[in-house]
Amino acid sequence: MLAKRIIPCLDCDLGVAHGRVVKGVRFKQIRYAGIPWELAEEYDRQGADELIFLDITASHERRETMAKVIEKTSENVFMPLTVGGGIRELADARTAFNSGADKVSVNTAALKNPDLINDIAKYFGNQACVLAIDAKRRYGREHGRGIVDTPDGECWFECSFYGGREFTGIDAVQWAIEAEERGAGDIMLTSMDRDGTKDGFDIELTKAISDSVNIPVIASGGCGNPEHILEVLRDTNASAALAASIFHFGEYTVGEVKECLRDGGVHVRM
Amino acid sequence: MNDSHYDSNTDMIAIIDYGMGNLRSIHNALDKVGGNPVIVSDNNALLKADADAVVIPGVGSFGDAMRNLIPFSDRLFDLADSGTPLLGICIGMQVLFDRSEESDAAGFGILAGDVTRLPDGVKIPQMGWNELTIHRNNRDSDMLAGINDGDFFYFVHSYYCVPEDKRVIAATTDYGVDMAAVVEKDNIHAVQFHPEKSSKKGLLILKNFVEMIKC
Repeated sequence: MLAKRIIPCLDCDLGVAHGRVVKGVRFKQIRYAGIPWELAEEYDRQGADELIFLDITASHERRETMAKVIEKTSENVFMPLTVGGGIRELADARTAFNSGADKVSVNTAALKNPDLINDIAKYFGNQACVLAIDAKRRYGREHGRGIVDTPDGECWFECSFYGGREFTGIDAVQWAIEAEERGAGDIMLTSMDRDGTKDGFDIELTKAISDSVNIPVIASGGCGNPEHILEVLRDTNASAALAASIFHFGEYTVGEVKECLRDGGVHVRM
Repeated sequence: MNDSHYDSNTDMIAIIDYGMGNLRSIHNALDKVGGNPVIVSDNNALLKADADAVVIPGVGSFGDAMRNLIPFSDRLFDLADSGTPLLGICIGMQVLFDRSEESDAAGFGILAGDVTRLPDGVKIPQMGWNELTIHRNNRDSDMLAGINDGDFFYFVHSYYCVPEDKRVIAATTDYGVDMAAVVEKDNIHAVQFHPEKSSKKGLLILKNFVEMIKC
């Protein structure tokens, strides 16, 4: 039986030499957590199932620095590696794959040019294309939207781009369905309402998307403890959960999270 | 990642580069476990390489893979017939069989059987970590030394192999169907999962393969 995946996310600041993993993308204060490939090796030892490297500045110019980070990581870490942030065209994806990445995640560039999903899937395979969605709740009933009932009232979910700074008007559920049709292999779904709060994942959002597509959904945003991961993997059809800060500063190990999941009846690779 | 030089004193593993994907991971992984991998990009290089073992890595679809592997086929058959250890990974496993539902192209037929699509009712492709059940009905597999029932490996595939002779199946995995995950027949070894992406247990299988060559 396929195991649910636990994916530490390494938010990388590539403006410093060799890059640094940072905490708090959307917090004002940035704390350095370590050298990317050293943290990657540590997560491998702890039993992570996959790693995501995000360039938090989404800088086109620094894709070579990210390539070096992935090259260095792939010498010693043997699990699926995803690169995201600043993937704007097929050439950026190719740079990432040549450096040792298995998948790239796209968000802004795909919203602006949806054919990018088809192109990555065609040249590198569906499994190599992760669509990242940053979604925000919009309360109230609006015609043509996928309306979801939540304890806080009815809402729909709007996609944002440019790192959450701008909104698209696009319905996240509809975009996820379209992305699957275009050949995306995974959906990495971040709740903008929960990201950075440590209040737990947005269960209604994760349900709405994971019930609408057949491709795996990676739940993201809001993880503060192992019980949050248990909740989202037990109560929704998400195939994986992503967390960053709870791992980076040693609050919890991946192993501790997996023990909590196993005890809660979720099938994980121990 | 250089195909022009290698240390001729150690057993050389030729990784077949059939132009469809990045081979850095498999190269790094074989290097990591003490192997001497060399990437070979055409039949001449494979002829000259005097390989002690061959790895057919896993990228792309069956039809594309066979089309790009045809130029290597004479040498591959020779190596397979001469008892050189051969390891097929993912699509590199599937091409060893007679045919696949994915394509009209014929497979190498080094192993008898078909490749068929994963059943309805499961997400396709299977993507993620799944468990092995080891079959020790005939002999102990050297390649699976240290691997236990329930160990997880990383799979990415939409089709699976159905060997005619069930005795070649060394391990299976359950994904809507109990399918062959590891197949071994004499010097021919094949895995449906990606050992180069399966962390410690995956490296152990590659290490076992490297040790096997030295025997």
